[in-house]
Amino acid sequence: MVKPAKGTTTLAFIFKEGVMVAADSRASMGGYISSQSVKKIIEINPYMLGTMAGGAADCQFWHRNLGIKCRLHELANKRRISVTGASKLLANILYSYRGMGLSVGTMIAGWDETGPGLYYVDNEGGRLKGMRFSVGSGSPYAYGVLDNGYRYDMSVEEAAELARRAIYHATFRDGASGGVASVYYVGPNGWKKLSGDDVGELHYRYYPVMPSTVEQEMVEVTGA
Amino acid sequence: MENCRSCVAIAGADYCVIAADTRMSTGYNILTRDYSKICKLADKCVMASSGFQADVRALQKQLAARHLIYQHQHNKQMSCPAMAQLLSNTLYYKRFFPYYSFNVLGGLDNEGKGCVFTYDAVGSYEKVGYSSQGSGSTLIMPFLDNQLKSPSPLLLPAQDAVTPLVEAEAIDLVKTVFASASERDIYTGDKLELVIINAAGIRREYMELRKD
Repeated sequence: MVKPAKGTTTLAFIFKEGVMVAADSRASMGGYISSQSVKKIIEINPYMLGTMAGGAADCQFWHRNLGIKCRLHELANKRRISVTGASKLLANILYSYRGMGLSVGTMIAGWDETGPGLYYVDNEGGRLKGMRFSVGSGSPYAYGVLDNGYRYDMSVEEAAELARRAIYHATFRDGASGGVASVYYVGPNGWKKLSGDDVGELHYRYYPVMPSTVEQEMVEVTGA
Repeated sequence: MENCRSCVAIAGADYCVIAADTRMSTGYNILTRDYSKICKLADKCVMASSGFQADVRALQKQLAARHLIYQHQHNKQMSCPAMAQLLSNTLYYKRFFPYYSFNVLGGLDNEGKGCVFTYDAVGSYEKVGYSSQGSGSTLIMPFLDNQLKSPSPLLLPAQDAVTPLVEAEAIDLVKTVFASASERDIYTGDKLELVIINAAGIRREYMELRKD
């Protein structure tokens, strides 16, 4: 059975300097845009981010729950939880609710003792470790730009620009994605929000309107 | 089955306006013209809900009970952002048999600035400058976007998102908006109930709407 797509575009990738995470901000209920300013990059703790795709309430609730569990782990074990551990906690919870209709397609990105970490976790209980992911209805478009421009040894600015462009192109072609393209960077000192740009403005920044010669000018028609 | 249809909230620099019409209907029938959908949850926190009113009532009772417990334990009223998260969790706990209730929560935060939180039926929430829910929302939201649209809070560098309107202008805007919604939405009309929260306290106003 074909899975219905989650109306959004989120992406994350690991590169030499850390992890880059980006997302759009549109929430749609069927054909109606219910919000253009949804926070789809959720700050689980100062060094770990989660992305939201699928049911907004499901993602918000379970990411908050994951943040609580991560904090409890820190208190019980006197050390931060790894990205591997955090993603496993979430995946196990979602697996136990398998078949009950939750809709969650999330990426857990963070920096722990082993360096940068990125996992994809979804509502079927699937959990994948990887270097590049994009989730949502706009992901095919984002993958096109991301896979084309990706190099492991990029600088932070280059990686941010790649992420921003990939989200922009997805919002351009996918009706269910839009709003503000947010880009976050996760490094050894934790995450930092790098930019939040309205995709309408990004369009004119990437494709500025060129003045062109006029072929025909409109003139006033004298009354018949 | 769906009973009640339109509610709106607007947040300002030092006030918050929450409004809903007072018509309760089932199918094509009007059950009553004088039904309040607005509920005061805490001193500076008011909720308006559209949707199935039996679920709305149950939800209001739940929140009132939890607020009472909070007051006993912490010796103070819940702030609006705290109540916002409580409402979100309360809705999500019934994720597999939801409250059929579309809420907007309005009030003042701890610094006295107006805040509005908007919800879906299962508890996803967001702090916004203005919001509407219910069947009238598809008519009302575009108008509010046109008049009030402020820079998104996600933009970086951040741009200030406070509604520039003063309280009297915001009240006038809400009245206009409902008057228009009553023209084109069969479920909206009869009377408009406005609740205005500011530093001085809470007050209610009423305005007649079309009764057809």
